[in-house]
Amino acid sequence: MDEGLRNELSKQGVFTTTLSDIYNWGRRSSVWPLQFGLACCAIEMIAASMARYDLARFGAEVFRPSPRQADLMIVAGTVTKKMAPQVVRLYNQMPEPKYVIAMGACAISGGPFKQGYNVLKGIDRFIPVDVHIPGCPPRPEALLHAFMTLQRKIDAQEMSGKARPRHLDPDAPSEFPVPQFGEHDLVPSKNDKVWEPAVVVRNG
Amino acid sequence: MKDLESIKQQIEAGVAGAQVSLVPNDSPANQPSLLVDAAHGLAVATFLRDEAELRFDYCSNVTGVDWMETEQKTKVKQVFDGEEKEVEQVVKMPGYLEAVYHLYSMELRHGPLVIRLRTKNRTDEVELPSLTPVWRSCEFQEREIYDLYGIVFAGHPDLRRILMWDEFKDHPMRKDYVEPDDYEYEPTPHDEVLAKSKAHYPAEVKP
Ligand code: SF4
Repeated sequence: MDEGLRNELSKQGVFTTTLSDIYNWGRRSSVWPLQFGLACCAIEMIAASMARYDLARFGAEVFRPSPRQADLMIVAGTVTKKMAPQVVRLYNQMPEPKYVIAMGACAISGGPFKQGYNVLKGIDRFIPVDVHIPGCPPRPEALLHAFMTLQRKIDAQEMSGKARPRHLDPDAPSEFPVPQFGEHDLVPSKNDKVWEPAVVVRNG
Repeated sequence: MKDLESIKQQIEAGVAGAQVSLVPNDSPANQPSLLVDAAHGLAVATFLRDEAELRFDYCSNVTGVDWMETEQKTKVKQVFDGEEKEVEQVVKMPGYLEAVYHLYSMELRHGPLVIRLRTKNRTDEVELPSLTPVWRSCEFQEREIYDLYGIVFAGHPDLRRILMWDEFKDHPMRKDYVEPDDYEYEPTPHDEVLAKSKAHYPAEVKP
């Protein structure tokens, strides 16, 4: 609907909306995170959910202990290679629509442990990540910001057409292969369908 | 606590056949230790724990050390055609793995006493006696050493990997460990990371 017309109508006391607006409003206002933390960043996630920062203002205070009831996975902390298959499996067990926030340097890149032998260089190698937050650890404000970014993303999703989200597209995958423990590394060490190494481009 | 020399003599008197030698440490830490031969490791440990004057009843820490093969160069005088010349001789010293135990006595309030056990080499004869039957606190730490250094502790009640997964084959804390070749671009590489960066992104690294 045309924005100007909608404004004009609302001045006259006529409230208009669209189905997708209501649908997205409902979804973004109650995003229940999965209750798990992997390392120090989890402490900041807990702080964000408590009274001082109060994630409840965004409708996300109900941390679910079961992936079956969760909409959002906050990967808060270091994902070791030993833990990665379990994280992917938990993600697979969440029902669509589901979202992922990678919180902190470790979850987005391996962080301080990037050059080590035992830490995954970012959970986005195996599952699609919606919002990355840098920081070691990111403050609770940063998590709130990530949360609002996610809400904005949900708000912008359409219910039909090419740009529709994954859960409305029957052909889009909702599960991703769980890596196996290999003799030297995870097998495969990354999911090429989800992640590609960054290409460095220099201008001038 | 008694000085190490007298503890050494006490062990040798108390445990028949035990060979103990003193390993000095001239670093600022100055914490010398006792090297115990692996065959008598368990007997010496039991002795250290039970002997009334020593009573090392608490093992606070166990750690592994990887000693690579080293080469020692020595100058040797040899006679060639009636002429005396100095020739350099290279002697290869075999490498070995080492388990280091830090012991305290809760009862007598002394410590730490550091004892070391050495394997025969780094490849196939890597067995050491487990001291878990003597000090229960060694259990997880010996598992960790097994995991990261590959020392096999005979007599350990539950010798499995503790940090890496069971299927893992390498021992990452060994100095010749080769890690998976999965370098990714970094804006400010340095040292070893710089070498990897040169191999993976040759155009990016400025000379
Ligand atoms: S990013 Fe920093 S604070 Fe967060 S888990 Fe990693 S090391 Fe801990």
